[in-house]
Amino acid sequence: MKPKTADKIATTLIVFFALLIVAILIGLLGYILVRGLNHISWDFLTSAPQKIRAGGGVGPQLFNSLYLLVLTLLITIPLGLGAGIFMAEYARPGKLTNFIRLIVEVLSSFPSIIVGLFGLLLIVNYFDLGFSLLSGAIALTFFNLPLMVRITEQAFRTVPKAQKEAGFALGLSKWKIVTSVLLPVALPTIITGTILSAGRVFGEAAALMFTAGMSSPRLNFSDWNPLHTSSPLNPFRPAETLAVHIWKINSEGLAPDAIQIAAGASAVLVIMVLLFNLLARYFGRFIYRKLTASKRIN
Amino acid sequence: MGTAAAVRESFQTENLSIFYGTYEAVKGISLPFAQKTVTALIGPSGCGKSTFLRSLNRMNDDISGSTTKGSIWIDGVDINAQGTDVIKLRQKIGMVWQKPNPFYKSIYENIAFGPKYHGVKGKAALDEIVESSLRRAALWDEVKDRLKDSALALSGGQQQRLCIARALSVNPQILLLDEPASALDPVSTGKVEELIKELKEDLRIVIVTHNMQQAARISDYTAYFYLGSLVEYDKTEKVFSNPENQMTQEYIMGRFG
Amino acid sequence: MRGKTNTKKIEKHHIEDMVGRIYMSLCVLLLIVIIVSMVYFVASKGIANFISGEVKLTDFLFGTKWAPEADTPSYGALPFISGSFLVTLLAALIASPLSICAALFMTEIVPGWGKKLLQPVIELLSGIPSVVYGFVGLSVIVPFLRDTFPGQGIGVAAGALVLSVMILPTITSVAADALASLPQNLKESSFALGATRWQTISRVILPTTMPAIMTGVVLGMARAFGEALAVQMVIGNAPFVPRSLFESASTLTSVITLSMGNTTMGSTINNALWSMALVLMLMTFVFVLLVRMLERRNKI
Repeated sequence: MKPKTADKIATTLIVFFALLIVAILIGLLGYILVRGLNHISWDFLTSAPQKIRAGGGVGPQLFNSLYLLVLTLLITIPLGLGAGIFMAEYARPGKLTNFIRLIVEVLSSFPSIIVGLFGLLLIVNYFDLGFSLLSGAIALTFFNLPLMVRITEQAFRTVPKAQKEAGFALGLSKWKIVTSVLLPVALPTIITGTILSAGRVFGEAAALMFTAGMSSPRLNFSDWNPLHTSSPLNPFRPAETLAVHIWKINSEGLAPDAIQIAAGASAVLVIMVLLFNLLARYFGRFIYRKLTASKRIN
Repeated sequence: MGTAAAVRESFQTENLSIFYGTYEAVKGISLPFAQKTVTALIGPSGCGKSTFLRSLNRMNDDISGSTTKGSIWIDGVDINAQGTDVIKLRQKIGMVWQKPNPFYKSIYENIAFGPKYHGVKGKAALDEIVESSLRRAALWDEVKDRLKDSALALSGGQQQRLCIARALSVNPQILLLDEPASALDPVSTGKVEELIKELKEDLRIVIVTHNMQQAARISDYTAYFYLGSLVEYDKTEKVFSNPENQMTQEYIMGRFG
Repeated sequence: MRGKTNTKKIEKHHIEDMVGRIYMSLCVLLLIVIIVSMVYFVASKGIANFISGEVKLTDFLFGTKWAPEADTPSYGALPFISGSFLVTLLAALIASPLSICAALFMTEIVPGWGKKLLQPVIELLSGIPSVVYGFVGLSVIVPFLRDTFPGQGIGVAAGALVLSVMILPTITSVAADALASLPQNLKESSFALGATRWQTISRVILPTTMPAIMTGVVLGMARAFGEALAVQMVIGNAPFVPRSLFESASTLTSVITLSMGNTTMGSTINNALWSMALVLMLMTFVFVLLVRMLERRNKI
């Protein structure tokens, strides 16, 4: 074969496969949205699911997913910031740093089902927290923490070194520099990364089946005392999330409209993830503009 | 070499050596810095003058693998000794770099940040420090109406003067300048040079510069560095009109470097 | 310590630095504790059956019969181990060429808008939750396979197809990074010799970036091997060593997902599931090790 012909064929194939991937995404999103959107209504988003009859909604599941996300971020962010700042600003090259780096890498490579199993063993059984929102949030923390550490570390590394030096020259303590000079500069990147990771947490199911559980007790949405058993805010109650719900009705759904509910719930899940993506993108650009071209920061 | 330390100044180095690993970047330098003077450190790139400057407020501490030997005396205390409270020390020694590096904060916050940390309380006191620092850095008139704006919105020359004002805000006794004007346009450079001449009335200034005319214009003493060693140190007029060392003369004439 | 200590009280900045250090150390310590206890707990549960002698290690690893509820129960995990490896390898085989093409498209063919087009596509694909992949697999791929091939549609083929889409983003982004970091003069000298683009790609670009691209493939395989729900939903979950791509089969993750909740802690079958979790964990180590080796080769 002439080199020119080979070049043409190869280029065509590359372009074809690349466009195929685009087509796959469009097909996927299109399918999910077309099948799911016409099932989504206010009622679907707010009402409780039905076991056997048709017409169930995903209200509690949607709430659980959001609440669990908030709980997870509340635990993950401070921990991830601490470890990430250590890696970026304090860790000196050496065995300990390499070891921590390896740990972060291994933890982030663990399959989420392993994280879920570990949560079942340690949190649910050993610490006796049972199937609960808190157990789920802790499991998701294990799952999200390595990412958070990496996001923080990378964000701090992008801060110009001169900022740190300027702080030193003023006689500030290193911790003060880190928290008051570097952190504000790194924050936009950290927030963007956190929003993206929130999308991942929101869609996670395998780590939750054995920690947050697969059932949702009857919730009383007018009782907001976190200590009451039927309060939606009670962190010690079991909570099936949207993602887990999709899995459950696909494998053991009994309601006649199970497929429609799965489709609707999938669409809700995907829309939420899209929203997280858009938000992260928009926010990143917004802050970037604010910091560079910009007028007021303070 | 080394003889300059004969005059005991309240701020001087004694046999100061700096190593990166085993490489000796600065070789046993003794230099005095007199009250109310500007000392210029000149020499070709890589001669160790910036490293030397950075060691004066122990900025090299943060670079892993660098070690410093010898002494840096300030008011009878060797700040290079073990156990020195480096953070406190740096409050006495301000520093300004080649590229302006204002904090990503408002103009006001850039100045008020240091004093606030060191215990100045109350809006009135801070306002006063901000104004006086900005005035001393000859920036007040240009920014007084937009103190709440981001410091990053200022021009390069303004940013550099802001950095000088920031350094002044904590009342240092010594000001270290690492090529403070090399990234600026001629007009801003002129302003910064003017400023240095005024500031030396209150504090001593050590400046690293590549610009011979600048060294001649603003400094009282000049030290010529070459390959980590101090080749010549004297009054600036002397170094520029009648240097003792052949190498110094060639460098000043622009033959190399 | 001399000269400076005229006051006994500790300076504010020292306290701050200490508080900061303690806080960070606690965070890092927690990270270490998490991973160590994770390995310890899963490992101790995972080897329980072998230590007590309930199940022999070789019977577990190579036994083809999974019948924990039979009168003479057998705990052969080969069906699941082979299923996991099979779907993972197939997924990598499908996804790798596609991903490399996508990466070439972004960096070599149309560097400008190619990247603008594919970057968000890749990001979105990686953002879609795995249960949604499972749902689409179940409602699109499985019926398609059922109509086109013999069998029920569920099976290794369906699992591999779903997984291949899921690992596309991983491989593509790593490969694209590798291609983008290639020195410009390498390509130019090849073009200068009169080579066509494809000759340059196949003889210069791909061989040079192969270790980096392989890193992406291994990372993708790691994700595929550990993925649970999406595979479980489409593979059929029959505990047999797969003989055909279109017959119901199982993976380690799918059997754990299905059975862990229905067995009592400490029972032999439950511990056998933990042994499978241990296999998953060990494979994670292998993948991390592979990635590290490839990265080291890539540096030289």
